[in-house]
Amino acid sequence: MEKEALIEKINTVLSEEFEVEVSEMTPEADIKETLQLDSLSLVDMVALIDSEFGVKIKGTELVQVKTFGALYDFVHERM
Amino acid sequence: MYKRVVITGMGIYSCLGKTLDEVRDSLYTGKSGIVVDPQRQELGFRSPLTAYLEVPDLKKELSRSQRVYMPEQAKYAYCATVDALRAAQIDQDFLDKNDVGLIYGNDSSTIPVMESCDKIREKRDTTLCGSGAIFQSMNSTVTMNLGCIFKLRGINLSVSAACASGSHAIGLGALLIQNGLQDIVVCGGAQEVNPFAVGSFDGISAFSTRIDNPTQACRPFDRDRDGLVPGGGAATVIIESYESAVRRGAPILAEILSYGFSSNGDHISSPNVDGPTKSLQMAIARAGINLNEIGYINAHATSTKVGDANEAKAIYRVIGDSRIEVTSTKSQTGHEMWMAGASEVIYSMLMMKNDFIAGNINFENPDEDSQHLLIPSKTINKKFDTFLSNSFGFGGTNSTLIIRNL
Repeated sequence: MEKEALIEKINTVLSEEFEVEVSEMTPEADIKETLQLDSLSLVDMVALIDSEFGVKIKGTELVQVKTFGALYDFVHERM
Repeated sequence: MYKRVVITGMGIYSCLGKTLDEVRDSLYTGKSGIVVDPQRQELGFRSPLTAYLEVPDLKKELSRSQRVYMPEQAKYAYCATVDALRAAQIDQDFLDKNDVGLIYGNDSSTIPVMESCDKIREKRDTTLCGSGAIFQSMNSTVTMNLGCIFKLRGINLSVSAACASGSHAIGLGALLIQNGLQDIVVCGGAQEVNPFAVGSFDGISAFSTRIDNPTQACRPFDRDRDGLVPGGGAATVIIESYESAVRRGAPILAEILSYGFSSNGDHISSPNVDGPTKSLQMAIARAGINLNEIGYINAHATSTKVGDANEAKAIYRVIGDSRIEVTSTKSQTGHEMWMAGASEVIYSMLMMKNDFIAGNINFENPDEDSQHLLIPSKTINKKFDTFLSNSFGFGGTNSTLIIRNL
């Protein structure tokens, strides 16, 4: 999948699940703040990325995936 | 000195309606909520019959972070509780300033358990179960969700007592209020309505297979009954000390006169006669009333051969030839299981408040036990001021409530 299409798909599934406007998901934006995730609901993002894109984000890798830009890169590299 | 316990609000989410008015009309007209479920047919169920109701979409009412912890029965319970609190004139400000309790019946939460197990076996990664799974999976899911959503600060307790759960929840709440430990308790029962919740129940041939005419399948006390039909939803009653209700200027609908209970100490699925008899006798003795003061008995009768027969024997043993009308509203709703004890209090309350007794639909021919009871098959207009409601469950748990109009 082209990266632009992937970014659009990631934004769409996150927007639907976490009920946040796509326009708020800029590459620099903090994922936890933007999606209003706490330590519990962060797990839901991990599960969603796995089920939609088949990409697993391990607990140790989560610390590097802080922004949407980092998430796009992470998923793109592993697909 | 025991305190008097009154009912000040009710709410229900049922196959007979989502509002008290809808449910009252369905009861009066003898509507059945039973359908054939194509999904159960596809899954190879012996009986595809079930009550039908849709899962409410609560996106507008609750945030994602509230909804993600709620299985379907917690959503039903939320709807019923919003309505019950509103009817009791209790708002969030009151809940924030007073220690209101919560006791709710619930005895399963199948879908989240099943999905979590599937996920673990498939993915070998427990993270992928998601954040809501643990909170949705537990039997206490309804009380943990409602307690957090409504910010309740009194007792918070789930009752898992099979098909008597909702009735015991109300009885236990009443005991706390009687003893001055709580002023107000939100009580009720909730029941999930999905094939997987009742698949193994179907497997022991407990369900009716009269699928040609679903609305006639559930026929408590009828000679030709062939099993129960599962149903569900949720029902909430707000119970309160009389003093608290008067102090608040709340609508006082009825008084819970007594709660009787017993355990059969016998077979796990076959009910006996002695256990229910004891529960009935205890409730009547504790209410301090004469039999002729009871105007209506809402039976537990689920439409199973042995269960209905033994309840008929127990009722007859207790009331003799008193000629009190006895019906089972399960003829219309199917068996609402963990919810039934609470919903049937509301069904009976609606009848008492509107001067009628809903007919035990599909009761065409009595058998040797039900012939001793006065069982109207059609709705009758009758004023009554006191009713008795039975609920019995697997393992032989029995609960009886007696409630008087105010």
